[in-house]
Amino acid sequence: MSRRRHSDSENEGSQPHKRRRTSEPIEIEDRLESLICRVGEKSTSSLESNLEGLAGVLEADLPNYKNKILRILCSVARLLPEKLTVYTTLVGLLNARNYNFGGEFVEAMIRQLKETLKNNLYNEAVYLVRFLSDLVNCHVIAAPSMVAMFENFISVTQEEDVPQVRSDWFVYMVLSCLPWVGKELYEKKDAEMDRLFSQIEGYLKGRVKAHAPMLQVWTAEKPHPQEEYLDCLWAQIQKLKKDRWQERHILRPYIAFDSVLCEALQHNLPPFTPPGHMPDAQYPMPRVVFRMFDYTDAPEGPVMPGSHSVERFVIEENLHCIIQTHWKERKTCAAQLLSYPGKNKIPLNYHIVEVIFGELFQLPTPPHIDVMYTTLLIELCKLQPGSLPQVLAQATEMLYMRLDTMNTSCIDRLINWFSHHLSNFQFRWSWDDWSDCLTVDPEKPKPKFVKEVLEKSMRLSYHQRMVDIVPATFAALIPAEPNFIYKYEDESASSLPGYPASITVGNAIKNRATNEEILAILKEVPNPNQEDDDDEGESFNPLKIDVFLQTLLHLAAKSFSHSFSALGKFHEILKALTERDEGKLHILKVVYEVWRNHPQMIAVLVDKMIRTQIVDCAAVANWLFSQDMAHEFTRLFVWEILHSTIRKMNKHVQKIQQELEEAKDKLEKQQHKRQKDSGDEEDMDKNSEDEEGQLEEQIERLQEKVESAQSEQKNLFLVIFQRFIMLLTEHLVRCETGSVEISTPWYKNCIERLQQVFLMHHVTIQQYMGTLENLLFTAELDPHILAVYQQFCALQL
Amino acid sequence: MSVKLNALVSDSYVDVSQYRDQHFKGNRYDQEKLLKQSHTLYVGNLSFYSTEDQVHEIFSKSGDVKRIVIGLDKVKKTACGFCFVEYYTRTGAENAMRFINGTRLDDRIIRTDWDAGFKEGRQYGRGKSGGQVRDEYRQDYDPARGGYVVCDFHTCSWSTCCSPTYSVIAFIISMDRFCIHS
Repeated sequence: MSRRRHSDSENEGSQPHKRRRTSEPIEIEDRLESLICRVGEKSTSSLESNLEGLAGVLEADLPNYKNKILRILCSVARLLPEKLTVYTTLVGLLNARNYNFGGEFVEAMIRQLKETLKNNLYNEAVYLVRFLSDLVNCHVIAAPSMVAMFENFISVTQEEDVPQVRSDWFVYMVLSCLPWVGKELYEKKDAEMDRLFSQIEGYLKGRVKAHAPMLQVWTAEKPHPQEEYLDCLWAQIQKLKKDRWQERHILRPYIAFDSVLCEALQHNLPPFTPPGHMPDAQYPMPRVVFRMFDYTDAPEGPVMPGSHSVERFVIEENLHCIIQTHWKERKTCAAQLLSYPGKNKIPLNYHIVEVIFGELFQLPTPPHIDVMYTTLLIELCKLQPGSLPQVLAQATEMLYMRLDTMNTSCIDRLINWFSHHLSNFQFRWSWDDWSDCLTVDPEKPKPKFVKEVLEKSMRLSYHQRMVDIVPATFAALIPAEPNFIYKYEDESASSLPGYPASITVGNAIKNRATNEEILAILKEVPNPNQEDDDDEGESFNPLKIDVFLQTLLHLAAKSFSHSFSALGKFHEILKALTERDEGKLHILKVVYEVWRNHPQMIAVLVDKMIRTQIVDCAAVANWLFSQDMAHEFTRLFVWEILHSTIRKMNKHVQKIQQELEEAKDKLEKQQHKRQKDSGDEEDMDKNSEDEEGQLEEQIERLQEKVESAQSEQKNLFLVIFQRFIMLLTEHLVRCETGSVEISTPWYKNCIERLQQVFLMHHVTIQQYMGTLENLLFTAELDPHILAVYQQFCALQL
Repeated sequence: MSVKLNALVSDSYVDVSQYRDQHFKGNRYDQEKLLKQSHTLYVGNLSFYSTEDQVHEIFSKSGDVKRIVIGLDKVKKTACGFCFVEYYTRTGAENAMRFINGTRLDDRIIRTDWDAGFKEGRQYGRGKSGGQVRDEYRQDYDPARGGYVVCDFHTCSWSTCCSPTYSVIAFIISMDRFCIHS
């Protein structure tokens, strides 16, 4: 009685808590999970004794919690690859104590492997196979059966008519296990392994690597070649083989238990046929290995392993895995990175910085949101204030020096990272070290970079701050003060045709005139485009737009909110003025003219105007590529607006598609229900028939909406690509007829921006490949431009 | 097959804090629910001089920002050091909690927290003098937040407050104490 009342009053307020009675098994399961996940952490005892203790505890719990333990171990195999050898040792110890459990675990892992492959979770599948291969070292799995599994994987390279990325991935999986298990497999089955090797070698020789240039962060080979990932891994494994599989970096706790483990009975892996290729399979994209440091960059302390050493591969793999596991919790992530086992033998700070920048600059897109990397680096600086900031400064300096050959998308990310980073450290930087950028063509990457960094830094602070932080010599690179430029500012503008109207409109707005009144005023504005009176015909009058918008935005210039409010209040008028495409284009032109010193404001206004349907996405694209904006074409804000516009279009399509799916689901459920309940009552039947009818109508409407949205989306990409082709062709023709070098800074920027559109929106663009190839990227196109398209196609061959 | 490991799904930066808006209209259960679904963040410890532009720039790094409402002194109608940031998606707000909370804007470490949703009236400070309550009790000199706290003990109105030596409660009780100004 009293207990019930108590729980009633609980539900009113705070969260209901677990009832004591049923929580015990849950508590034990949580405890098991915690013990397993945290084994070896924060302990005064050695890892080995912790593992021994845990094995004992788990063995004792097997009778009651076997399934739970199996599931937890399968999960850590899949989700904690950086602690691979810790858990394989644990499984080894359990297998030695309980052979059946070892067998059940192997079976569970195979089931999990099949599941992950079915669900396109290829990265996790690699971790599972690596785990299985390390179990050979722990005497859980017999070496010959592992070799047999590898042979089955490599046989995929013999398949015909499959995408290259499929066979790539199976080869990668096998090669990436060899640092852990190569020695053992070679000792037991050297002939088979040699045969495997020559098969792999043959495959790699025949691979098409057209995609590689598109994924390289730098176009230059020096100082560090940006290698295609499989090429690099193959070189590393070959070197390991030449060194007779001597590898000293990987932490192998099982060595300490060798006497126990070699007494254990091994299991054979069941024969595993790789699942066949499915058309909807999404294999991982090919990669290029990012390298920015070598042993010469870390002159003091431990030596950095070479680019083709297997140690380098293992370290980078593990650091990537740590970030993958802990990216949401920056303090934990930083701590885990800095406590990497074996850190005393390597220049860990350099590896960490290289791996983080590698992810940040990864093409097509970083694995995680950009801002995570900024905050992670700040956290690392906090934890290692005596050493990491220096490495980071060194890295920044190196990145600056190599800007000339850096991919434009990567430069964008560097600009955003550096400005945000500086804003957390009072913008302190040795700008004088970069004074070389002041003496070259300002369109070159270095001065452009500094200019954009200062512009972004200003957005996070204010104009005078920028003047204060850079030497006087940098004055030309400081951005303009972000002030509104009002055409009809004062008496000196009185000769302009729109001046009188601007005064009238301005007063009308200030006196809270109605939309009708304002429209009436605007009707009187002369049209510079036509001679005769034309009351009825709503022909395009650019001056009307100019006068109204300049005046309105001037009155609302105080803040973003003021401007948004203005756009909202006069939405009706703006819609009327932009009914036609010319109107839409002109409104964008005016926004640029008044706010050209405040690109951030331009971006937010354009965003608002798209969202409130004053302009559409295609109009924005046409405006950015127009002659009026040609002089701004290489500025970062232009591309941020373009990509933001494409993203909005994509989200819009997705939203309507989702609505359609939901309506279809609803209809299905309704029909299902009607079949079950049919015959009960005539009324109910009729009601549900009506409902179904309504749903069917809704679905039809949504279907039309989806088609219309997709058509708009396709059109947007067509407009963008068409404009690129026109601009690039013009440039190429001009250079060829004039016998001039085509590779100007403008050209490099433009062609890489084209690449960027493909890379950033590849998922959406894949849908329209047919149209693109038929209409735009035909064989008649200049080979320089066509090459970009072909490289893009090669990404998912 | 395998389980989602609780130890690994920790996302503590996204957790709700202990603070609850005492003026919230509704019961605790509703408030919790709204906080867990919210797209809106409260942002605190801003400089009085931080602008909407700056707030927009930094918070856009975690997602598209739908709206910013700058907190105002109820009397002076000027910025008083806080704001609300509303995202179009929950993910945008979550990433702000993970990666922007606890970093600097205008050289100050800013703090973000989940908010149940902006309602008209909530853009005003609730301190007696018009600014934020926390500025009533601040004892340090903060030039970006109005300098020292000043109290007029005749009218017992505070524009920020108070003496370094005595607690606020003690001061109210013993109104003949004199407050140190700056």
